[in-house]
Amino acid sequence: MAKTIREINEKIKHGKAVVVDAEEVIEMVRQKGIKQAATEVDVVTTGTFAPMCSSGAYFNTGHSRPRIKLGGGRVTLNDVPAYTGFAAVDLFLGSTALPEDDPRNRIYPGKFAYGGAHVIEDLVAGKDVRLVAQAYGTDCYPRRGLDSWIRLEDMNEAVLFNMRNAYQNYNVAVNLSDRVIHTYMGLLQPGMRNATYCSAGQLSPLMNDPYYRTIGMGTAIFLGGGVGYIVGSGTQHNPTVPRGENGVPRMGAGTLCVMGNLKQMSSRWLRGASFTGYGTTLAVGIGVPIPILDEEVLRFASVQDADIFAQVVDYSEAYPNCNPISLGEVSYAQLKSGSISVRGKKVKTAGLSSYARAKEIATILREWILNGRFFLTESSVSLPSVDSGIQFRPLTERPVQNRATPMGLQRLGVDSSI
Amino acid sequence: MAVKRLILNFPAHLVDQPVTYKLIKKFDLRVNILRARITPREEGKLMVEISGKKSKLEAGLRYLAELGLAVQSLAQEVNRRQERCIECGACVSICPSGALAVERPTMHVSFFGDKCIACELCVPACPYKAMEILF
Repeated sequence: MAKTIREINEKIKHGKAVVVDAEEVIEMVRQKGIKQAATEVDVVTTGTFAPMCSSGAYFNTGHSRPRIKLGGGRVTLNDVPAYTGFAAVDLFLGSTALPEDDPRNRIYPGKFAYGGAHVIEDLVAGKDVRLVAQAYGTDCYPRRGLDSWIRLEDMNEAVLFNMRNAYQNYNVAVNLSDRVIHTYMGLLQPGMRNATYCSAGQLSPLMNDPYYRTIGMGTAIFLGGGVGYIVGSGTQHNPTVPRGENGVPRMGAGTLCVMGNLKQMSSRWLRGASFTGYGTTLAVGIGVPIPILDEEVLRFASVQDADIFAQVVDYSEAYPNCNPISLGEVSYAQLKSGSISVRGKKVKTAGLSSYARAKEIATILREWILNGRFFLTESSVSLPSVDSGIQFRPLTERPVQNRATPMGLQRLGVDSSI
Repeated sequence: MAVKRLILNFPAHLVDQPVTYKLIKKFDLRVNILRARITPREEGKLMVEISGKKSKLEAGLRYLAELGLAVQSLAQEVNRRQERCIECGACVSICPSGALAVERPTMHVSFFGDKCIACELCVPACPYKAMEILF
């Protein structure tokens, strides 16, 4: 019995939709079977809350009097530089941007106490942020400098725009070396004394719709505590990796590009993070509703941790050298149990993705739908899937031979060595 | 057998006194020093786990009070800022004493102050600066 999104929205409108989260649906399918459950369930809600570095926000600050052209100038928000290569008062702030005077890893391991992600968190929390700008001045934008407090509510637009979020599966990180290493997967102790993973597994959005049958451009989602949208596939979207029989990729695969109005979001679901020795990043809360259009969609959405596998990767040698060697494959059920076995050794595990908060997001999204606050959207373009022929490319370096050639001549195509 | 995890605050004039020695010899207590921060002619702090007969432990604590040492319970020195913690569990595999632990299957992260030895490993391991050591 196939359903359409329009029919499901009708049910939501009349308070008759049956909505369960991606954890609850597992038990439901076990009890009732796919066929029966597919007729009953209308929507399965998913969730994830984890650090996602390719996150940022753009702002329109409003025009000063007299006008200033920030474009091509320099801007910092609480000392964190923002990108200004746009029109007069449009800015983009990335989550990993750092104040110029942050010592970074010069004193190893660096603390990275405050960066772009923290500015976003502070703005969302309603705090005043200091905007400092230097501009070059033009006839139409004469002002050369600005030093002002600014709040989210004062801005014309403030939009979270994350070019890569919600990775469909991820590596399990270990450290084979004999020294502590500090990574974006957290502190890794030598000799594989701990392992970290970063996915909500059975609750994670793309794990529940592995071939992107219902998730696509225009899908309305829970984003940072507000309503956001999927813009398309994210950067490094790589659907053609090996998959299990259940369709779930066995390593990092699909990604989402998402956006949403920052003004309706909350600092509970957008959180600045400082990874010792690595840098800053933004923990983002995302929940995607999956319309149960037919039995196949439900079968995918009822996937469980025991049937989702990830690769164990050494972050001391293999990862930094882009050497795709797996030390083994483990399931999320094993990862969540607290220890895994790698090469015959028992290794303690820790998650960087908060399963407890992922569950909370799935629950909130479920409530929104049940209360008729949130409706499903038809996606206008599907995300590229296994038949897309996408190849994930490394950088092909073409080293510059004659470094003495002045940049100006290079741009003209002139080689000064001739 | 009673066990207490304590912070002993040494005022400057007691820093050079063999207080731990006396706890062991006079009161037959086992003193396990977890951390120490004592500099000569300044105030010092000693983080200890003291175990022994309940009556002896109490007598030992009275002795410390008479000497003028301020004694605090260890749990008060380590704090999880609930509003910062996102319950990811990044700290859990780092924590050597099991004070930070995951409840299964909900995956909620708990902090048991009484198990904490204030080793501070969780401080840099937490990306959200949720763990605070006041020692």
